[in-house]
Parts: sequence; C-alpha cells; structure tokens
Amino acid sequence: MSDRVAPAATEDTQDWQPSDVQRDRDEWRRRRTLRSAVIAVGSTLLLLGAVGGGVVSSPGWDRVQETYFSWDKAVSSFPAVLEGLWLNIRVMAICWVLILLLSLTVAIVRTLRGPVAFPLRLLGTAYVDVFRGLPLLLVIFLLGFGGPALRLQGLPTSPLFWGCSALVLSYSAYVAEVFRAGIESVHPSQRLAGRSLGLSYGQTLRHVVLPQAWRRVIPPLMNDLVSLQKDSGLIAVLGVTDAIRKAQIETSLDFNYTPYVVAGVLFCCLTIPMARLTDRYARKKGYHGAGGVL
Amino acid sequence: MSELLRLDGVRKCFGDHVVLRDVDLTIEPGQCVVLIGASGSGKSTLLRCVNLLEVVDDGVITFDSRDITDPRVDGDEVRSRMGMVFQAYNLFPHLDVIGNVTLALRLVHGVAAEEARSRGLAMLDRVGLAEKAQARPDDLSGGQQQRVAIARALVANPRLMLLDEVTSALDPELVGEVLDLLTELKGEGVTMLLNTHEMGFARDVADQVCFLHDGRIHERGTPEQVLGDPREERTRTFLSRIRA
Repeated sequence: MSDRVAPAATEDTQDWQPSDVQRDRDEWRRRRTLRSAVIAVGSTLLLLGAVGGGVVSSPGWDRVQETYFSWDKAVSSFPAVLEGLWLNIRVMAICWVLILLLSLTVAIVRTLRGPVAFPLRLLGTAYVDVFRGLPLLLVIFLLGFGGPALRLQGLPTSPLFWGCSALVLSYSAYVAEVFRAGIESVHPSQRLAGRSLGLSYGQTLRHVVLPQAWRRVIPPLMNDLVSLQKDSGLIAVLGVTDAIRKAQIETSLDFNYTPYVVAGVLFCCLTIPMARLTDRYARKKGYHGAGGVL
Repeated sequence: MSELLRLDGVRKCFGDHVVLRDVDLTIEPGQCVVLIGASGSGKSTLLRCVNLLEVVDDGVITFDSRDITDPRVDGDEVRSRMGMVFQAYNLFPHLDVIGNVTLALRLVHGVAAEEARSRGLAMLDRVGLAEKAQARPDDLSGGQQQRVAIARALVANPRLMLLDEVTSALDPELVGEVLDLLTELKGEGVTMLLNTHEMGFARDVADQVCFLHDGRIHERGTPEQVLGDPREERTRTFLSRIRA
C-alpha cells in the first residue's frame, strides 16, 4: 500500500470553515432545538400544574392530605417500613439469583435438539406450562402451608423459606421463556460458525449463543426483576413482615394511610436507579435499540 | 437548469474522520452516473447523503430544483421520490415478495390495495419474477432478491434510482441477471446514480464515471476516458489493482 496517500484529515479539518449555508442550517437547528425544549418543558409544567391543581383544589383534599400525606405520620412510620423493606430486598436478591440459575437451565433444556433430549424437553415444557398457569398467590399458599406439613427431614419449616421457594418456582417459569426467546433469536448461522470451528454444542452455547442472547434479554429481565421486587411482598400472607405488611400494621394504629405511601415511595426509590443502571449496563454490552438519524 | 440532481461542495464527517470533502456532481434526467473507487473512499456515504439517510456537514444537494439539505425540508417526502437499493437487499423477511413491493405504494403513496397489487405484479413481471409474488424473500436466490429490491424501489416511479453496490453480495453467475436488468432500465430512461466494482458494466451503462479517493472526486469523465485512458495516477493504480 505504498502508493496510498495519507488522508489529509488533520490539516483539512483545521483549515475547514463552515460555509454560510451551513452556518444558517446550524443556526436554524439550534433555534429549533431550543424551541422544542421550551415547548416540552412548558407543556410538562402545564400538565403537572393542571393535574396537581385539580387534586389540591378538590373539595376533599384536606382530608386526603391528612390521611395519605401526613408528614408526621410518614416520619414516625418510616423506620418500621424501612425495616420491612430490608426483608423485601433480601428476598429479592436471593430469589433473583436462584431464578436466573433455574430459568437458564430450563431454557437450555427446552432448546436442546435431538430425540435423546425429548424427555428433558417434555419436563421443561410441563414445568413452564404448569407454573405459568398457576396464580402466584396459589403457589405461595400451596408451598407455604403444604411444604412444612410434609415434615421433610433436613428442610426448614420457616414460612420465609417456603415463600421464597414459591417465588423462585413461579418466576423461573416466566424468566425461562425470556431466556428461551433470547437463545432462539440468535441466528442459526452463529451456531454453525461456532461448530465449524470445532467447538462442541456446549461450548458454542456458552461462548457464542448465550453471550448474544444475554444482552438481548436484559431489558425484559429487568422487567421481571422489578416485578419480583413487588411480588416479594406476597409472601406476607404466610406471616412474614415485609414493607407492605409493616405499613399495614402502622396504618392499623390510627387509620392513617401514609405508611402505604411511604412504602410506595421506597419501592420506587429502589426501582428507578436500578432501571437506569441496567440501561447503562445494556448499552455497554452493545444493546442499542433503534439508532441512526432516522 | 435541466439537471435533476446537483451536489455543491458536499462534506460529510463521522467524528474526526472526513468521509466526503467538497464533492460536486450533477446528473441530468435519463443519465447514469457511476461512482468507482476503493472500499472506504466514500461512495456509499455519498449515496446515503443524497437519500438523506445521512445529514451532510456542509454543502448543498439540489434535487428537482430544490435544496434538499435545508433542514426545513421533509426528508420522507424527498425519499419517496427516490428509489434506493442496498448491497444486502434489505428485503422485509416477514412480508412476501408482493408485500415488499407494494408496502410503500400503499403506505406512502396512498395507492388503494387493489391497484397497488396490480402495479406491484406488473413491476415484478418487469423484473421477471411475476411467478414469485407469493414467495418469501428467504426462499429466493440472491439475484432474485436483489431484483425484488429493485422492483420495490422502482414501483413508485422514482425520479432517481440510487444503487449501492447492488451486485457485491451476489454469486458471480447471479451478477449478470441484475446488471442486465439495470442496463434495460437505463435504456428506458431511468436516471441512476450508482457505485459498483463491475468495471465492464460501468463501461457499458455509464454516461459519466467518477473516481473517488479519500472522499474526493479525483477524476471524472466518459467511461472511455476514465476507464480506458485515465489521466490521474491514482485512478490508474486503482484500475490496475482491480484488473490484476
């Protein structure tokens, strides 16, 4: 490539001055961006103002404010609700790890090829069908009260353990389908390319298919994680006290519903940063969504 | 002002990298202009700028006597009057062949389903694929897919066809069927701006050949002159490489 002329980029870039036409265009684009921003901010404030004003000026607002948005009650109930939330967080974290493991296994089993794997596929399909069909609350009741009653040696009888088991079993069925969709969305030619290099089925899955599938399913996985965070409260029906349960107890003292609002705000405070973090992680992994100028 | 397309001082950068600099070009109705040059010389970017798929960083592109690089211009409307064909066909795999060809007719040009269908079938007949109307793109050969893509771009009677290395993804024996079709279109007076590595085809069909190097048009002229007796050293080097 001796005859290849080095691009005159640096010198050219420094010398280059935009033409008058381009200056006009840039100016117009700047003005339009500014105008769009002003309109967007203005209309947002207007909408929020209208909704807020409508609520605040309603005839019953004083009593609603006292019952749901009492600052004193919020402060006094905050420690208890926070303590309950800690349980939600622990349940969510432990269950999420187990759910990822179980669901990934089920998804891989369901995508196995060949007649040898038929019984496994059947098992995986049956599991997903049954646990996606059963309402979560029903599974919690079944395992939460039925599990300890089995008196199995070596297994704890705490409602927390059995509640978490119910969550894991139920959620893994959904998440397995997310993983399976991801695995099947990787183009078959990728699998072929891996095998053609001499990689085994498992190596191809581990090093070629799953990394691509994983980054495609991050957004729906996030969806299920947020959902789990809230459903983790359902095991309160077995007698453990999570944030909602704590809020209920606080409320029952004086029929002021502010603790529920406190719990709601705390849940949002957990979810929203997590969503932003996941977005960043997904972008780093090369998930771009729609892009380009169009 | 008989020209259909005119580029004046077009410049395009991706970050610090200048892809096109000071490109001037005119195309008259019915003309065929062929861009040649090595990969990365800016041929595809030039086509994408004309189709407003990229926003130019300076310069003016005039199409049908209107400055289409003005940010106030409705890009969708401009694109609806051009037809673009891509190297990788870019057919919609979820639609059958006739669905691909009639999509824009129905959605953009407001043609009734019945008429769109008959126009689509006529266009498929024109590219020799009438019997494949119900087939899925995946069931066609590369050459057939590219002919469907040409039919899709052509069905709304665009003023200008942009063809971006339309034979580069094809097997050698399939290249001919696509190039023959383009030669026929040229004979019918379709205005074309295209880039290609097929020098024989460029020689047959081009009214003007432009050699791009490093984002600049280094040499332009009739195919006999540019391909047969290039003045520029760079053009000679490029041609000798691809003929080797």
